[in-house]
Amino acid sequence: MSVTGPLVDLVGVTCRYGAEAVVVDVHLRVEPGQFTGVVGPSGSGKTTLLQVITGSLRPTTGRVHRRPGLALGYVPQVETVDWHFPVTVAECLLMARTSGRVMPWPSREERREVGDVLDRLGIGGLAGRHIRELSGGQQQRVFIARALVRRPQLLLLDEPTSGVDVRTRHEVLHLLGELHRDGLSILMTTHDLNGIAAHLPHLVCLNRRVIGAGPAREVLTPEVLELTYGAKMEVLEHGGMPVVVDPLDRSGAPSGKVSR
Amino acid sequence: MIEQLLEPFRFEFFVNGLVVATVAGGLCGLIGVYVVLRGMSYIGHGLSHAIFGGFAASTILQLNFFLGAGAWGLASALMINRVARRRIIGADAAIGVITTASFALGLALLALFGSTGRDFDAALFGSVLGVDQIDVAAVVAVALLAVAFVFFAYRRLLFATFDPEVAGVSGVQTARVDALLMLVLAASVLVTMRVLGVTLIAATLVIPATVARMLTDSFHRMLALSTLIGTLSGCVGMVASYHLDIQSGPAIVLTSTLAFGMAFIATSLRTRARLARVDVVTAATAHAAALAPSPSAAPLLSLPEAAVEVRSPPQRSR
Repeated sequence: MSVTGPLVDLVGVTCRYGAEAVVVDVHLRVEPGQFTGVVGPSGSGKTTLLQVITGSLRPTTGRVHRRPGLALGYVPQVETVDWHFPVTVAECLLMARTSGRVMPWPSREERREVGDVLDRLGIGGLAGRHIRELSGGQQQRVFIARALVRRPQLLLLDEPTSGVDVRTRHEVLHLLGELHRDGLSILMTTHDLNGIAAHLPHLVCLNRRVIGAGPAREVLTPEVLELTYGAKMEVLEHGGMPVVVDPLDRSGAPSGKVSR
Repeated sequence: MIEQLLEPFRFEFFVNGLVVATVAGGLCGLIGVYVVLRGMSYIGHGLSHAIFGGFAASTILQLNFFLGAGAWGLASALMINRVARRRIIGADAAIGVITTASFALGLALLALFGSTGRDFDAALFGSVLGVDQIDVAAVVAVALLAVAFVFFAYRRLLFATFDPEVAGVSGVQTARVDALLMLVLAASVLVTMRVLGVTLIAATLVIPATVARMLTDSFHRMLALSTLIGTLSGCVGMVASYHLDIQSGPAIVLTSTLAFGMAFIATSLRTRARLARVDVVTAATAHAAALAPSPSAAPLLSLPEAAVEVRSPPQRSR
């Protein structure tokens, strides 16, 4: 793969756990500068797809091409983090710098770099705090910062807004938008169609197979959503954005005109 | 009084035992941090029982203890590590099978071919009798190995302990790190077994690290504190065992348990004091609010009129 091609190219990837296929014949290209969201119901293969991209899971069939020397940053679901583990924010970031220095303590250069990343993410004064003492948004920023100190070309996030409040969701989305504008390629999984997915420039709808891929306005259609989620959904337009509505819960539907 | 305290230092066996117990305490304190944070306490407990099988075999075959029990211990450690990474059966159940089988085999071998005398008691509960220069050299060598391992693999060990999935994605060879940690743990159990005893080694791995965890939220401070608490417990416990005429293992464990009790009380008092401060601040704020003029006319949030106007949603059209 050339250094000008896609960052990651999945060609006909199928993954099975025993007899059960989790993802089937997935073709997916992650281009430089792309901001992609992968949406789908629980068990649709979103996390498996991330594991294939990171190389921690080998596909049963198909090929995965990564750009040579591709640096990945990975942000796990905050729900999987042990918040009682004794690490401060600075220790959390420094543990990711595993190459290039033998000594356990940080060099002056590393200390400066960690300070710069924390400042950039708006949590500059928190280096000495324990990770449990932070707000939800700050905690998410710490793990994004840990991924950034590896200077990644592609940032992968697994459900970064899962289990967080609306304010934190907005904070995370704006932060990712800023990082994307600064040239970082991002691929994230999310189950939040209206709060996150509808705002992203590029979406992939996944239910074991890729059901649809493209700009949010083109992908979020009742047909694609029904195939993805196995249930009928309506798509409205609100403020120029697609809004997905569950017909069984119309009482909560926002106002607007139905576009499709 | 001082003469009485210094009395045991006249005996070579005691000095050897003191050095081994002190270094062993520090070693177990250091490695214990990873054991506790990885939730491996049961593995530490099981590993010491597994090595007992090697102790029995080496006694019967008249092999060098470190060779016989060492080979047995390393094999058990690698087997436990392999089993613990598999998900088909619960790791704790699999570890229980391997380690208790090894312990039972050791007991059976000793009953059939060996003795269950003083060596047997020493292996189970620890003793300074019989500790020689080879034991001192072995525990110092393993302690240096452990310190070198933690020093040079510090970040990779921390990353693989805190977040193994992301560590793997970030280029840390977690399987190799885990296997090396198990080997260092097995070696630590092996060289400390004579002084601490099979049944009490797990406590020296767990208690100092738990005390340190109660006292700090920082990983590197926890590492330093746990090593210090383990070292002091080994040293003080050893001296206490002589004067109280009890086995070295129980004396060391009871000393670290005392540290645990003190840390528990100190942290409880600290938490209570912190809560009391919060109560005082809350009460003062409420009192100040009660004395302030009533904001009867002003709403809590002043919104422009347009923002609070309720509008009917437009009709949807299909």
